[in-house]
Amino acid sequence: MLLIHCPYCEEDRSELEFRWAGEAHVVRPENIAAISDEEFAEFFFLRNNEKGLTYERWRHIHGCGRFFNAARDTVSDRFLMAYKAGLPKQPVPVAEKFAAIAEEKSVETWEQTEGDAR
Amino acid sequence: MRKYSVFAIAREAMRAHKGWEAQWTSPEPRSSYDVIIVGAGGHGLGAAYYLAKEHGITNIAVIEKGWLGGGNTGRNTTIIRSNYLYEESMDIYEHSLKLWEGLSQDLNYNVMYSPRGVMMLSHNVHDQQVFKRHINANRLYGIDNEWMTPEQAKAFVPVLDISKTARYPINGAALQRRGGTARHDAVSWGFARAAADRGVHIIQNCEVTGIRRGPGGEVQGVETSKGFIGAKKIGVSAAGHSSVVMEMAGVRVPLASNPLQALVSEPMKPIFPCVVMSNTVHAYISQSDKGELVIGAGTDQYNSYSQTGGLQIITHTLDAICELFPMFRRVKMMRQWGGITDNTPDRSPIQGITPVPGLFVNCGWGTGGFKATPGSANLFAHLIAKGEPHKLAAGLTLDRFRTGRLIDEAAAAAVAH
Repeated sequence: MLLIHCPYCEEDRSELEFRWAGEAHVVRPENIAAISDEEFAEFFFLRNNEKGLTYERWRHIHGCGRFFNAARDTVSDRFLMAYKAGLPKQPVPVAEKFAAIAEEKSVETWEQTEGDAR
Repeated sequence: MRKYSVFAIAREAMRAHKGWEAQWTSPEPRSSYDVIIVGAGGHGLGAAYYLAKEHGITNIAVIEKGWLGGGNTGRNTTIIRSNYLYEESMDIYEHSLKLWEGLSQDLNYNVMYSPRGVMMLSHNVHDQQVFKRHINANRLYGIDNEWMTPEQAKAFVPVLDISKTARYPINGAALQRRGGTARHDAVSWGFARAAADRGVHIIQNCEVTGIRRGPGGEVQGVETSKGFIGAKKIGVSAAGHSSVVMEMAGVRVPLASNPLQALVSEPMKPIFPCVVMSNTVHAYISQSDKGELVIGAGTDQYNSYSQTGGLQIITHTLDAICELFPMFRRVKMMRQWGGITDNTPDRSPIQGITPVPGLFVNCGWGTGGFKATPGSANLFAHLIAKGEPHKLAAGLTLDRFRTGRLIDEAAAAAVAH
């Protein structure tokens, strides 16, 4: 289960509180009735489905209820950044972030979590 | 290739089993082939086999990033059925089911196809109406599917809880008796052995990193971790990574890659006679010939290539299993794993030509590709050999997302495939 940071609540919360809402920054064409079938298929069906860095929307459905955007690595499922809806696509210092992920222990051990709490 | 038979077993028993040969060879790649298939899952290996057997094309390489049976072919819950709603779906899944019936003989390899029946539980009026619609559509199309009362379902699966006080009461079920299971590894190995016997090169541990195109846009071959390999035609059958491979040729496909999990219990004596699925409470379960309960969970909500998934997905399914079959509450689960499924917007597969000359695609089988393995492979081979789809797969084109002629099994099949 993912641990997700809501930029409105400013808290890390469990994935159970969130609903994934697809790729971020997909812009609906303003002249939707005038565009060709190819352009409509592109807008409506085609998504990047990136292996690696992806930008996606989440909704904090069992929390504040608001949509926000996040950057995540789809190989490790690590969140790299979460930011408020309406902001432009935020640059992620990819190389550094990915290096940091590689260094981090990928498995949460009892010593790391429960041990500290004790 | 030495034929497998009772005499072969007797012969080898006489000489301490020293005469068994490797089932397939692992040759170094040639500089070029007539056809390259990207992805040596069941669909890819099967396509190579049928290209060699039915279309006389044997200069083929099947290129695989990992190892045989390491991807979705070895990660599914092995359910086989053809009780879909729309004609396009029934065509291809029923074609597949008919091939399953003779596959062990055809390949000279026991794929352990077992038509033990697939039962889909109905829990409410909506389920009942949807299943009866499926049953009527199937029977009109010549596919077996029948309605059962709760008592008939209980007689077929004695461990089922049909009491009125059950957490998920059952008001009936749909049963496809010809549906069932097969052994997934044997499907992969059987196709590999039969294809290699006809001269197909199976190249494992070789990742495709690019698709080279000529001045006219046509494919020329693939860049791999073992260097460039030329090809006149390329078939992409890469499951969860299909969109990654297609992107190398500049073709975007409407796929979302999601983790799907499954798990097995400790082995037990035979207790469970068929496959039972419940779309409404999301559980599906069968018992393997080794005695393990094989349980399929759901997909995670987000795109991922991690081959793992959230624990809440598994517990949700196990909650339902324990309610439907109270006697399984004390069974221990032994192993859990995830695969990456490639899901299309309408939850129907894509098999067809692409805008790139010489490039063919077979993807989007989502959460239900195993049952389609021989049928999909057979029709994909036809597509690659002839350059145009077989009539049974004519509706599965990539172009349908432009024309709007979708095959909306997403609504028709609820969740489980």
